[in-house]
Amino acid sequence: MTISAKAFKYGDDINTDYIISGKYKFKSNDMEAMAQHAMEELDPNYYEKVKPEGGFLVAGTNFGMGSSREQAPLVLIHSNTKAVLAKSFARIFYRNAINTGLPVVECDTDLINDGDVLELDLQGGVLKNVTQGTEIPFPPLPPVMAQLLADGGLVEHFKKHGGFAL
Amino acid sequence: MIPLSGKTIAEKIFSAHSGTDAHAGDIVVADVDFVMGQDGTSPLAIRALENMGVTEVFDPKKVAVVMDHSSPSPIEGVSALHTMMREFGKRTGAKVYDVGEGVCHQLIPEKGHVVPGDLMVGCDSHTCTYGALNVFSTGVGSTDGAAAMAAGKLWFKVPESIKVTYTGALKPGVYSKDLILHLAGELGADGATYEALEFHGPVIDDLSVEGRMTISNMAIELGAKAGLMKADAKTLAWFQGRGEKTPNPQDPDADAVYERELTFDASAIGPQVAKPHAVDNVSPIEEVEGTPIAEGVLGTCTNGRLEDFAIAASILKGRRVHPDVRFIVAPASRQILLDAIEAGYIQTLVEAGAALVTPGCGPCVGTHNGVPSNGENVISTANRNFKGRMGNSNSFIYLGSPATVAASVIEGKITDPRKYFEGGER
Repeated sequence: MTISAKAFKYGDDINTDYIISGKYKFKSNDMEAMAQHAMEELDPNYYEKVKPEGGFLVAGTNFGMGSSREQAPLVLIHSNTKAVLAKSFARIFYRNAINTGLPVVECDTDLINDGDVLELDLQGGVLKNVTQGTEIPFPPLPPVMAQLLADGGLVEHFKKHGGFAL
Repeated sequence: MIPLSGKTIAEKIFSAHSGTDAHAGDIVVADVDFVMGQDGTSPLAIRALENMGVTEVFDPKKVAVVMDHSSPSPIEGVSALHTMMREFGKRTGAKVYDVGEGVCHQLIPEKGHVVPGDLMVGCDSHTCTYGALNVFSTGVGSTDGAAAMAAGKLWFKVPESIKVTYTGALKPGVYSKDLILHLAGELGADGATYEALEFHGPVIDDLSVEGRMTISNMAIELGAKAGLMKADAKTLAWFQGRGEKTPNPQDPDADAVYERELTFDASAIGPQVAKPHAVDNVSPIEEVEGTPIAEGVLGTCTNGRLEDFAIAASILKGRRVHPDVRFIVAPASRQILLDAIEAGYIQTLVEAGAALVTPGCGPCVGTHNGVPSNGENVISTANRNFKGRMGNSNSFIYLGSPATVAASVIEGKITDPRKYFEGGER
């Protein structure tokens, strides 16, 4: 499946407090409502910009550092973020993203400008920068994670196999 | 065939829990000895279990949920989440630590739920705290936590380890908090990503178990999966009377292979402060001395233990908190509160002007207990100073040791604590 959407680009070391602040995360389990505050500390209009047509969140190094809050990938999913593309990820966020079904791609994001239109075929391993007419290489997911993502996340994996089948 | 080398603490614990000869880079499915969640993460884990169609936890004695981050509940929404956690406990038999019991990262070891050599996961990034007790403990998200609660196991990538050795000795007025802040400044917020830190040397040996926990607590601030230490006589003595589990300490082999080895002379490290808005934005206290503060915080899973209260009380004894400063004090557990009352520390701190709040996370996570106002600076013993962390994006958080916080709340500005210590030269 190929996803096509615009890139919304931010910097390095984006922590999970910036993706969703603790002051919202503790209020409820309603991700749709919380998604309106996604990325608020860095870009108060993130939700309005991304929600209507979807988008790729593009960042630098160490994306998702900090807390273990799974609300972070969940609010991105609910704000219509199709995937996160970053130079590197913090490990808890990376696992949480796969577990909840948010695609994450480690690649050289210097090759992407804010507003570029991208095409991502995760299974096929192809990322195209349509605006610049370039192809950006990225390493495949580790097999364990590819399987979890293919099953639709960890909950679906459990439902399908009745436990870990890795 | 090349003979395999010796193992790090991480490799030993993963070998013992996966039934494999585990080495860095291996993917293993390993048995976990305990699973924990707090009030910001347990509700999602409970929902994930429901979505999986799982109605029981693998072993009710090995699962706990803790109300600490937003506790007592400040709003209706949180009250409903707390109710969900209590009902989960009743339904599954999992242990529930309710309002007032304390921070998860104090309670799990304090109640003997883990012992040296264990492997555990917690739905909170600072679960790495118990690495100081020779437990491979690491933070996971709610869905991973739910899977571990259901199956009693989880998949892991066995991490490479970075060996950090501290030589020399800490100078008066300098603490383990200063060492880990210094290391955060040296390695950066992603300096140990996907890796385990392993701490060694005479300075670590000399620290109390509590002081060691401060260091392991902040391993995640460098991106690390764990912050491990050996279990020594002090560690084993600390576990006496805390439960029925038998410690199974795992020492690294002498020929263990490390990704990197770093050595620091602790004698050359003075008080450190992390400046807004990043934990790796660290400088020696001299560079920020005099910065006005409106709030001081003593507590959290980093520095809310009895020793931290003793340090703060020794500085504040007979002195007053500056009239323009709020000093919020949150013991890390009910037991610590009781011990601090008995030792007279609470009397000293409250007489000096401290505002004592419920054992738990206090104002660290921005949900209650002291949200700073616009433009205000805070000096805190916590582990994170991200923009908005304490509930207001227009405030500025500095992190330091309990001594630095105590000295600063007296003067109303960031203050070098060494002047309160004999031999505490600059």
